[in-house]
Amino acid sequence: MTMTTETAALQNMPPSKLEITELDVHYGATQALFGVDMRVAENSVSALIGPSGCGKSTFLRCLNRMNDIIEGCLVDGNVLLDGEDIYAGELDVVQLRARVGMVFQKPNPFPKSIYDNVAYGPRIHGLAESAGELDEIVESSLRRAGLFDEVSGRLKDSGTSLSGGQQQRLCIARAIAISPEVILMDEPCSALDPIATAKVEELIDELKEDFTIAIVTHNMQQAARVSQYTAFFHLGNLVEFGETEQIFTNPEEKRTQDYITGRFG
Amino acid sequence: MPEHTVKRYDEELDQMTGTILRMGGIVEQQLARAIEALVKRDPELAASVIADDEPVDQLEHEVDQLVTRLLALRQPMAVDLRLITASLKISSDLERIGDYAANVAKRASSLSQVEPMRPVAVIPRMSQIVQTMIKDVLDAYMARDAEKALAVWRRDEEVDETYNSLFRELLTYMMEDPRHITPCTHLLFIAKNIERMGDHATNVAETISFLVTGTPLDEARPKGDTTPFATSPDDTGGSQD
Repeated sequence: MTMTTETAALQNMPPSKLEITELDVHYGATQALFGVDMRVAENSVSALIGPSGCGKSTFLRCLNRMNDIIEGCLVDGNVLLDGEDIYAGELDVVQLRARVGMVFQKPNPFPKSIYDNVAYGPRIHGLAESAGELDEIVESSLRRAGLFDEVSGRLKDSGTSLSGGQQQRLCIARAIAISPEVILMDEPCSALDPIATAKVEELIDELKEDFTIAIVTHNMQQAARVSQYTAFFHLGNLVEFGETEQIFTNPEEKRTQDYITGRFG
Repeated sequence: MPEHTVKRYDEELDQMTGTILRMGGIVEQQLARAIEALVKRDPELAASVIADDEPVDQLEHEVDQLVTRLLALRQPMAVDLRLITASLKISSDLERIGDYAANVAKRASSLSQVEPMRPVAVIPRMSQIVQTMIKDVLDAYMARDAEKALAVWRRDEEVDETYNSLFRELLTYMMEDPRHITPCTHLLFIAKNIERMGDHATNVAETISFLVTGTPLDEARPKGDTTPFATSPDDTGGSQD
């Protein structure tokens, strides 16, 4: 159990979409997270920052049970999605991941057409009743991902033929095509150039109107730009959690200050 | 505070704070010498105070450039960001203090051409308080000492009170004899300049408090200059708000 500093302004935080309490994660004999308590506010962007190996990606992957597939990984504690424990025995993990989507560090489109990349999720979840309806989902998802105008003439081309930035927006379109409630992003811009990064950041800002977003990033300026709440992890502990503006202008914890100002020894 | 992983960043911050402290040292001296020129009726000394305006402006320009560079290249956060923005504000306050000191020196030069006036004696006392404020506020900046800054901030009221009584005294002299009006007006402006320097030192103190704590001072600033409401020498007793 660790003590996390929560800044005072958090009392005005919107309702929590996800509520995490006393989360411990072990990879075999190694403990990766120590009693993490955190809330992910609805319709907002929460950034997870910290040095490599601090547990932020582990934490993110707990939120849609991606750690289940890692051998020797043991998750203990509670993760409530709208008040419902996602680690409860009866929960359908496939349904969970439809509600909590994910975008990864490296764009990973399927080796299929642009259209099929986006249509894949709605098809397997039976979200479209007709070909016309599927077309609509694909178009609206691509539009919301800010990609439609760039690819509308070549939806039959392979997803892998796109540029890196376009591929990442395609992956975001694919994630939102099944209308998830939460989108987890693990370093979504680290493989992108500044222009593609700016487009994805602009997109994140728009997406928070409809989705709850949690993003892991090593780029602190990015965390400061896109998020409303920031959590600083260090050595498996959540050190400080607060409003982004306060974390980056006047953090309460010395370790947070040292990290964000580039003084980590 | 531990050092930055990137050592060059620390060097650049040190260069910025060092430039501010050099500015501060010059303006502190400018005020002391301007008052000395007034008391000793020394126009040459006054001229040297006026000439010091140039290096102060030059240093302010250097601070501007260093700040712009740091913001562009280092993307400062938290305490570093506060130090950099605070330094930019402090340099402009110091530059104003230097301007006021030069103006005091100009008037000291004019006053050395006319008969000495008695209230000249009050001015060094008032100036002494402000000189100490400037010195303390620079020490507080160097040491990142919010307590010391706050003490300076509180002392500004004393300056305002001294200014009020001097204002009253000078009005009385002017009413006594119209020939006093010219020298008394110079003295009144000198006193006002010193009072304004105290206000800028107080600004610097507020900035330092923010730099250290990250929150603005929440106390109401002590305001003691009642002369804007005065219509006669009796109106400046300081009782009205």
